[in-house]
Amino acid sequence: MATPQSTVEGAAPRVPLFYDPRVRGIAYQVLVFAGLVALIYWIIGNTTANLQRANIASGFDFLQGRAGFDIGDSLVEYSSDSTYGRALFVGFLNTLRVAIVGIITATIIGFIIGIGRLSKNWLINRICLVYVEVFRNIPPLLVIFFWYFGVLSVLPLPRESIDLPLGSYLNSRGLYFPRFLWGEGAWLVLVGLVLGIVFTFFVRRWAHRRQMATGEQFPVFWTSVALIGGLPLLAFLLTGLPLSFEFPELSTFNLRGGIQVRPEFLALYLALSFYTAAFIAEIVRAGVLGVSHGQSEAAQALGLRSGQSMRLVIIPQALRIIIPPLTSQYLNLTKNSSLAVAIGYPDLVATGGTTLNQTGQAIEVVAIWLVVYLGLSLGTAGLMNWYNARMALVER
Amino acid sequence: MKNIVKALLGSAAIAMMAAPASAATLDDVKAKGHVQCGVNTGLIGFSAPDDQGNWKGLDVDFCRAVAAAIFDDPEAVEFTPLSAKDRFTALQSGEVDVLSRNTTWTISRDTALGLNFAGVTYYDGQGFMINAKKLEGINSALQLSGAAVCVQAGTTTELNLADYFKANNMEYSPVVFEKFEEVNAAYDAGRCDVYTTDQSGLYAVRLNLTNPDDHIVLPEIISKEPLGPAVRHGDDQWFDIVKWVYYALVNAEELGISQANLEEKMNSDNPEVRRLLGTEEGTKLGTDLGLTNDFAVRAIKHVGNYGEIFERNVGADSPLKISRGINALWTKGGLQYGMPIR
Repeated sequence: MATPQSTVEGAAPRVPLFYDPRVRGIAYQVLVFAGLVALIYWIIGNTTANLQRANIASGFDFLQGRAGFDIGDSLVEYSSDSTYGRALFVGFLNTLRVAIVGIITATIIGFIIGIGRLSKNWLINRICLVYVEVFRNIPPLLVIFFWYFGVLSVLPLPRESIDLPLGSYLNSRGLYFPRFLWGEGAWLVLVGLVLGIVFTFFVRRWAHRRQMATGEQFPVFWTSVALIGGLPLLAFLLTGLPLSFEFPELSTFNLRGGIQVRPEFLALYLALSFYTAAFIAEIVRAGVLGVSHGQSEAAQALGLRSGQSMRLVIIPQALRIIIPPLTSQYLNLTKNSSLAVAIGYPDLVATGGTTLNQTGQAIEVVAIWLVVYLGLSLGTAGLMNWYNARMALVER
Repeated sequence: MKNIVKALLGSAAIAMMAAPASAATLDDVKAKGHVQCGVNTGLIGFSAPDDQGNWKGLDVDFCRAVAAAIFDDPEAVEFTPLSAKDRFTALQSGEVDVLSRNTTWTISRDTALGLNFAGVTYYDGQGFMINAKKLEGINSALQLSGAAVCVQAGTTTELNLADYFKANNMEYSPVVFEKFEEVNAAYDAGRCDVYTTDQSGLYAVRLNLTNPDDHIVLPEIISKEPLGPAVRHGDDQWFDIVKWVYYALVNAEELGISQANLEEKMNSDNPEVRRLLGTEEGTKLGTDLGLTNDFAVRAIKHVGNYGEIFERNVGADSPLKISRGINALWTKGGLQYGMPIR
């Protein structure tokens, strides 16, 4: 900046303020900021005025009101006497549920198909190619419709349910499982499971260290199976088999009892998993191909078997390429779950839409949607970034 | 996604409306040359496109009557098909001028939602339909405990359903869809045992099922569903226009004025008829409304009186064959009562 002193003392020519890049830069920023504030002020003022003119109440008080409508699928207790806020919460949990199990399933299928695409076996390779091309090139809404109406119309009515093993049934109202009724002392089984996992963790660490020090290997996998499966089983036997089942039974209309997985959830879950898995498969393939060929040759030269070289050499390096685009697929799956409205799965958009309609609080409900989806996406992205940072090449 | 976009647009529209659009809806309507009317996406008898793509139905004809009263042209109307969930946002944001979409008149819609109902064009009540072939021995709604019930989201139906089952200590499993067509498809595919909506709607839906004769409508009516056209708060003139077009149609039926004998009635000496048709000397009834004095003539000429509209769309002359019942004129034991035109 041209200060008065410098003009007096130095020979530097006086730069008009208008041409001073720093002054200009600040001025532009101030202008843009002022414009933004004015725009926001105008939107808020205009909205309030319009709402008042139309006599529409505003604010979030409506969340305390009695909802009055029922929701078919709920993870927490909910009835028509619950509040609108509760209804939205039920929808949120449903969104979260389908997103989480969808992400897990899509990742598993995606990895299998992606590795399969690289297989030297012609048949496996082609099957995986067809899978990817089919699911990647169909809009997700159609995949959902396919699973819902296509599969639903084939399934029989409750009276002619298909018997599945272990007292499960399948019909057009969904998939029915027996419910586990745990008896006294059942908590010991859970303790056994937790202990099993904790022990496995330590055994692995110990085995790793020993291998590093002495080169001797330890059968970690089978030990883990024995610990995680065996300890709960032991507890189960010692406490005298504290488990009974509640089997689904036919009543006038539907099967009663047991656990019901509704077809809306199944359709959405399967459709989202299969659809997203096609993209994940391509990401995995790209990641594996992105690892230089010299790495696998080096692994071979060291005498690693092909499974070992994949697991110990290729995949860890491929993950660095895979994780960032994988994150965006996870976000896509979460956001695509709002297509649930098309088949009547009560997710956040569906319950929110009903709430919006009953109360007329459009702006508030839309704001809740935006905040929740933004929060979910940022949360997922944050988690994946943390994972990515852990997997990143550690430079020494 | 589409619905989120719609809702977003709707609330954005509420936020952005620069000039108060509702101040003079009539001027806006005249300026654009047509009435924008929100209707159902496809409910036979009320509003559904026919095989040539022309909108047909009682709700549609009411909008045509409003258009005819303003422009002397029943085609000066454009229809916006709306789902139950989107309808109020569309009206509030000014996307439509009239909402004529089998919408139940309730206090909260009148107040919190900022609507004005112009009248009741159809008195309905909520009923239940089941597949009698698959569910033999069910002949009352009180036997429905444990059933899966298909219902449309965001309707009073959804709320009445919850109330009815709760009041009778019965359980049910709601299967809720946003679009009317989706509910139909799901019921037809056997996803649920019971279909519930307004009784007139059940008859209309039944026509489109795979085997209409297998399905019966149970006798219980569990709610009052007065269906009528609605406008936004804040424009009394427009509210009056929509309201009095409706009353003009009912009064026309009371006075025996139909499309067929309109010409002849124009020369009638009956002062009541003369007031309605604007043939009374020095009358200002129509111009005070912001229209022409012959607004009722225009409406009747193009769409007929209330009774004609009813019979053509849902009554004896339609596939639905619904009897007038409580929708008959008050003089014939029904509830349709035209406020005096004077």
